[in-house]
Amino acid sequence: MGKNDKPIQMGRHGAMGPKPKLDNPLKIFGRLIKYSYLRYPVPFAIVLICIFYSAFAQVKGMMFLQVLIDDYITPLKGVSDPDYMPLLGAIGKVGLLYLSCALATFTLNKIMVYITQGTMRHLRVELFNHMEKLPIKYFDTHSHGDIMSIYTNDVDTTRQMISQAIIQFISSLLTITLTFISLIKLSPVLTLVTVCIIAFMLFMTKTIAGKSAGHFVAQQRNLGALNGFIEERTKGQKVVKVFCHEDESIAEFTKLNEELCESATKAGKLSNIIGPVNGQLGNLSFVLVSIVGGFVAIKGIGGFTIGAMASYLTLNKSVNMPIMQISQQFNTIIMALAGADRIFKLLDEPVEVDDGYVTLVNAKRENGELVESEERTGLWAWKHYHKADDTTTYVELKGNVVLDDVDFGYTEEKMVLHNIDIFAKPGQKIAFVGSTGAGKTTITNLINRFYDIQDGKIRYDGINVNKIKKADLRRSLGMVLQDTHLFTGTVMENIRYGKLDATDEEVYAAAKLANAHSFIERLPQGYNTMLKGDGASLSQGQRQLLAIARAAIADPPVLILDEATSSIDTRTEKLVQEGMDKLMKGRTTFVIAHRLSTVKNSDCIMVLENGSIVERGTHDELIEQKGRYYQLYTGNKAI
Amino acid sequence: MIRTLSKYIKEYKKATFLTPMFMVLEVIFETVIPIFMGWIIQYGIKGNNETGDMPYILKMGGIMFVLVILAFVSGVMGAVFGSISSCGFAKNLRKGMYERIQAFSFSNIDKFSTSGLITRLTTDVTNVQNAFQMILRMAFRAPVSMIFALVMTYVICPEVANIYLVAVILLSIALALIMLAAKKYFTQVFEKYDELNETVEENVNAIRVVKAFVREDYESNELKIAAGKIYKMFVKAENAVILNAPVMQITIFSTMLLIAWFGAHLVVSSRLDESQLIVLFTYSMNILGNLMMVSFIFVMITLSQASAKRIAEVLSEDSDLKNPENPIREIKDGSVEFKDVSFSYKKDSAKPVLSHINLSIKSGETIGIIGGTGSAKSSLVNLINRLYDVNEGSVLVGGVDVREYDMTSLRESVSVVLQKNVLFSGTILDNLRWGNMGATEEECIRACKTACAHDFIMSFPDGYNTKLEQGATNVSGGQKQRLCIARALLKKPKIIIFDDSTSAVDTATDAKIRAALKSDAKDMTKFIIAQRISSVMDADRIIVMEDGEVNGFGTHEELLQNNMIYKEVYESQTGANADFDEAKGGEA
Repeated sequence: MGKNDKPIQMGRHGAMGPKPKLDNPLKIFGRLIKYSYLRYPVPFAIVLICIFYSAFAQVKGMMFLQVLIDDYITPLKGVSDPDYMPLLGAIGKVGLLYLSCALATFTLNKIMVYITQGTMRHLRVELFNHMEKLPIKYFDTHSHGDIMSIYTNDVDTTRQMISQAIIQFISSLLTITLTFISLIKLSPVLTLVTVCIIAFMLFMTKTIAGKSAGHFVAQQRNLGALNGFIEERTKGQKVVKVFCHEDESIAEFTKLNEELCESATKAGKLSNIIGPVNGQLGNLSFVLVSIVGGFVAIKGIGGFTIGAMASYLTLNKSVNMPIMQISQQFNTIIMALAGADRIFKLLDEPVEVDDGYVTLVNAKRENGELVESEERTGLWAWKHYHKADDTTTYVELKGNVVLDDVDFGYTEEKMVLHNIDIFAKPGQKIAFVGSTGAGKTTITNLINRFYDIQDGKIRYDGINVNKIKKADLRRSLGMVLQDTHLFTGTVMENIRYGKLDATDEEVYAAAKLANAHSFIERLPQGYNTMLKGDGASLSQGQRQLLAIARAAIADPPVLILDEATSSIDTRTEKLVQEGMDKLMKGRTTFVIAHRLSTVKNSDCIMVLENGSIVERGTHDELIEQKGRYYQLYTGNKAI
Repeated sequence: MIRTLSKYIKEYKKATFLTPMFMVLEVIFETVIPIFMGWIIQYGIKGNNETGDMPYILKMGGIMFVLVILAFVSGVMGAVFGSISSCGFAKNLRKGMYERIQAFSFSNIDKFSTSGLITRLTTDVTNVQNAFQMILRMAFRAPVSMIFALVMTYVICPEVANIYLVAVILLSIALALIMLAAKKYFTQVFEKYDELNETVEENVNAIRVVKAFVREDYESNELKIAAGKIYKMFVKAENAVILNAPVMQITIFSTMLLIAWFGAHLVVSSRLDESQLIVLFTYSMNILGNLMMVSFIFVMITLSQASAKRIAEVLSEDSDLKNPENPIREIKDGSVEFKDVSFSYKKDSAKPVLSHINLSIKSGETIGIIGGTGSAKSSLVNLINRLYDVNEGSVLVGGVDVREYDMTSLRESVSVVLQKNVLFSGTILDNLRWGNMGATEEECIRACKTACAHDFIMSFPDGYNTKLEQGATNVSGGQKQRLCIARALLKKPKIIIFDDSTSAVDTATDAKIRAALKSDAKDMTKFIIAQRISSVMDADRIIVMEDGEVNGFGTHEELLQNNMIYKEVYESQTGANADFDEAKGGEA
């Protein structure tokens, strides 16, 4: 019983979720204002003036009715030869006022387009720039869907907030204030009637909203349940079919669907009612003002004329709209603040720290000494500045990698690698084997400093990798990952990604080395074939060949390879294998091995288990030892 | 499209009809009110020689009050029926689609794609629901309000009413032009916008590549250029839209001024009372404001059109697999025969996926199927339980063409463990019973023992009552596959098909499962599709598929001798290129 209660309670909790709880909404709001409007102080000042002016002009325009009737029409009545010239003058004056009002609205909107879109451009670029600089850890710990939602949903709600909600909110506030001043000026007695009705309106809205809140929660919960069901069952639709579970699925679906319909109808009824309630209260206000106004006019209290009554009625009618909207606008702003909060959180996320100062430079030999060179020489050196004695040394880039007693954990509490020692001499091939989750991929993540180690040292050509600038370190390391990612663009551009200034000939050479050339030639537009959606039009093997070519063109001295498992067709698999072999030739290679041939050819095999190296040696040595490796090896063959 | 959708209003026809009716009533009551206000001024305040007529004011006020109440009641009724009809309509649409999807064949599902179907059932329905409610509540209300107010102005003073009419026509033309211009630009903007988001998504997914190649600055620069382009297009589009408000304002203002000018003349020459002039002004908002509303509704409806179209597509899609007239429900045995079978997923594609397949398999045989990706291994077995229909030739199960069987009976007898398999949220036992609703716990345990799943299930604290999360994320890939095998076994089928269903299971367990199947499921005809040659080596016979054709069919020894492909694969997998991993890609 208790078990069954739990998910429902959690559901209720989850449904409460949408109402954002922000730590400091004012602070976020202030920051957003600073980020958007205050970036354009002068235009924004003009916008504020325009808002004020157009609100003022609109209210003033409605007062014209009083002047028109009391000053220009009533006096002319009964006059045999009425002089319309003063009226024409008045209309001209008001016309000018109206025209300037429209002009102000136009100016305001026009400037807002530039402020909004300028801010959006800035925001997108800054978000992306910042995101690119974040450590891999950020991407591993945040769902990609959540990150994308910042770019799509949150940026969009923020756009609506700065372009509309805030501006309208200010405008509504001004209109309400100005209207009330005018109302009081026209008749303080009637204003009392108006205020009472408005207070009642707000009270009703609040009551109804409070009543419907429960139904809305239920609706959210039912919607979540139904959408969850739809997602799961539709993804498994083929399973539903092979097990002939269509009728059961329909029955379950119908139940959830009915529940949603019921709660949604209830919630919808109440929220729909707010409209007519407020609308008719507005009309009621109109009626009461007519009656009370009639009374006041008859008694002539405070010089209340028919013209004043006309203006009052118009103003009274026009004030309802902004009052009804202002709470909605306020809610929109609060909702949008949650999005802004997520945006700022991403922007506040600390970027990858890089204290490295050792850089990779082109070098040449002069009198046996290594010196820096301006040109590309093909010879690379680490430029190492020693602060202690103010000297700079150059160390040739060879690809000597040493891991010395390395401990690592993705979180402080849980270490996943323990006491890892690895020595790779230039040109050597080091293979990692072991079951999934043993820590093979983790080790490769440390060499290129996607993650930083907790204890121990990693040295590259004798230099602690912490001292090397990350960009230069990564430039000296090539990577071919198991799940290949390609970018939208041509095949040519995708290979050139490894070396942006590569000539077409270099691209062809790299493709040939990777065994990719022949299949590319057979593509409809050869090297100019457009790839989309992560290279969806290519087979997995072909995508891998491109990834190898991309790494080959960068020509790094050290390679990190994650071999693909064999779920690709045998023909391409062979090509991939050969391509990888060619790529590995002459380079220090760390390979997460899945294939026996790779393992056998390695200079050293590291057998990993639970984050520790349990065995190391060549294939023959390890077979001799009859340990874990022998088990893995023979276990496979025995079947 | 509209006809397809409107069929699903069904039991909510009454509410659908009543909603706009009450909305119109509300608006009529509402629009009459200012007339009485005019009379209050005309006869109540000014009447009786400037002394006023308070009883008259109260009487008229009373009538106005009644009108407000009537308008209120109509409004509330409209609100209630609007909610009932729109929520009900949405419910029926979802139900209609879901039922239709259940009848879909695999090729229907492939056509729409899973995510496409999910979007249609969720987002698209919500869009259509909102638009439907909008149409019912506003699409009648706004124009009626406008027209009724216009009629009232004609009753009061035709000369002034003409001004409104001209204003309405001019304003609608202006709004239409602006909307058209804006629509064109916005379509372009959204396309570019999608492209930008795709770039971002690519970067998020491929962040390791970006960082490994130190391309952060390069990517940032690319995005900056793209963001700049979007900026330019957005500004263009918005610049069209912002004309809306000033145009609206100028129209209202000019109308008011014209009415003031002509109205003044009419009042002075006593052809119009001041009060009537005030009423005319009051109607200005009703007339022009509602025009704005109409244009807004128009945009809403246009936006929801795409959603409505997508829903209609599902609703009017016919399943391309149908039960025969007099279906056979009894499947004699597990023998399978392919007679000159050709098949392709798209009817008009040039090269068939399978061409001229001839195979004859005896009941109870174990058949291995091997071949590269794209060699149509899965396509071949999917024809056995009629997940797809052949284009040419015929597939016979138990000596009868599969198209003559009742589909449910056929699929009950032919069990398949799909390549992309899915477990559902619920307990392990619930999931197992998908195979056989009435299975006892003992039967479930027996099936799990055969599938080598019993031991790991028992290692969970709740055993068979362990709750699987959505997507079964709390069990490993290999465990998931074993549960799927057990589920398929529980059906006690005559034929069972394993479509690469032990890829994440380690080789030792894989062998154990095959051994268990041999003894526990002796009578079942078994098809085993695999990447690993070790998984099919000991089958009675092995089919080698290549490019949609049977390249070889025979025992392991035979094929090793006379089939090049088989030999090649065998050598590559047992020789130097053998798969090293204990469990590839699985137990993550």
